[in-house]
Amino acid sequence: MPLCYSGIIEEHLAVRGAAGLFDISHMGEISARGAGAMEFLNSALTNDARALRAGQGQYTILCNERGGAVDDLYLYRVEEGEYLMIVNASRIEADFAWLQQRLAAFPGGGSVELRNRSEELAAVAVQGPKVAGFIDQCFPADAQKATALRKNDIARFNFAGRAVLVSRTGYTGEDGFEIVAGAEIIEALWDRLLEAGRGAGLKPAGLGARDTLRTEVCYPLYGHELDENTTPLEAGLGYFVALGKGDFTGRAVLAQQKAQGLTRKLAAFKMAERSAPPRPGYPIWSEAGGAEPIGRVSSGTQSPSLGIGIGLGFVAAEYAPANTAIGIEIRGRRVPARTVARPIYRRS
Amino acid sequence: MSAIVPPELKYTKSHEWVRLEGETATVGISDHAQHELTDVVYVELPAIGRKVAAGEACAVVESVKTASDIYSPLSGEVVAVNGELAAHPERVNTEPYQGGWFFKLKLAQPSEAQGLLGAESYARQIGL
Repeated sequence: MPLCYSGIIEEHLAVRGAAGLFDISHMGEISARGAGAMEFLNSALTNDARALRAGQGQYTILCNERGGAVDDLYLYRVEEGEYLMIVNASRIEADFAWLQQRLAAFPGGGSVELRNRSEELAAVAVQGPKVAGFIDQCFPADAQKATALRKNDIARFNFAGRAVLVSRTGYTGEDGFEIVAGAEIIEALWDRLLEAGRGAGLKPAGLGARDTLRTEVCYPLYGHELDENTTPLEAGLGYFVALGKGDFTGRAVLAQQKAQGLTRKLAAFKMAERSAPPRPGYPIWSEAGGAEPIGRVSSGTQSPSLGIGIGLGFVAAEYAPANTAIGIEIRGRRVPARTVARPIYRRS
Repeated sequence: MSAIVPPELKYTKSHEWVRLEGETATVGISDHAQHELTDVVYVELPAIGRKVAAGEACAVVESVKTASDIYSPLSGEVVAVNGELAAHPERVNTEPYQGGWFFKLKLAQPSEAQGLLGAESYARQIGL
């Protein structure tokens, strides 16, 4: 996926106002099937996989035994005993190796087949408020309509004589769909979507817009808000950690962290004045200053929707509540900012 | 995208342009550079009165994606900056050679300008 096609701001605003098309073929796909697949996945991932009915997906985290995030991913129960995980490109090998290791230690793991299908599968995301107006045109052979899917649902559709998986999910904060298909038909699917969406203002969108869109709605990006030394609780993802579901990898550490309280937390912030955009790594200071920074920016950019600098950063827990005055150090100068409730941008 | 390279200006390898008028030089970034940077959202300009050496980083241009240093093409004293860019940084994209200028220098050594690239050399550098 290129950084941009026509310009980051133009592509970003197309997704917020109409529709954007992303090539997300770099993402990885790992399947798990077999009688014990559900129990295994439930023991390896933080969210409650038992809650998934066939045709449904959930956001979840793969933790190491220290509660750190090996990856964050989407788990789909495509059919009864057939699961698909969509994982970050940079984490495919690490995820697959760790899952295989967990599977080897899992009682009854012999009934589960794990496969890394990242080479043979590709994917696109079509996102924005106008997508529901044209996506059904791409699957005329199906009795079911893609627009009948509810948020997080997934189903098989026919395209170019092949089965593709369509889910109502995305990484932009807008309504939209992600489509996983064989690599050999992804270009035809891309072209078909562009044609179907032309009248609605659909534009190809790149990695730059993908990042500004997700930052505005505070979705984490692996390597920025999550890594092997950061727990999902610290990253503000407690909603996706089902501590009550029984044991899973990392649970002991996470339960202890929850009981003791967090010392650092992820906070969203908005610059208080027009400034250079905050960038990852910039120190965050308390309003009073002090000898040491209270944290660091993990993601930051100029918000195309709001026209001001925004970001996410890990701070000492007492500074995380919304509406705390802070300062972002930009090239040696502390620029005033304020923590805000997540998401930073919400459709009005 | 074919970039515009006005023939009357001088250029640097780092993509600044220079308009020479007597002992004053106006500096900005080239059309090619603004295309590469994509949407400019903020420009940090030098203080008026600052003395800069040729090749010294003295301004920062920020796009959505990244921050880039701008180098003074020549030695001299900053005598004016484009304050309009504070409210309208996008002018660096829309009119890089007009409303998107960055700063003006009173040159310390006007002969340094002989070391700048002409429009033809610069156009070759960027593959036009």
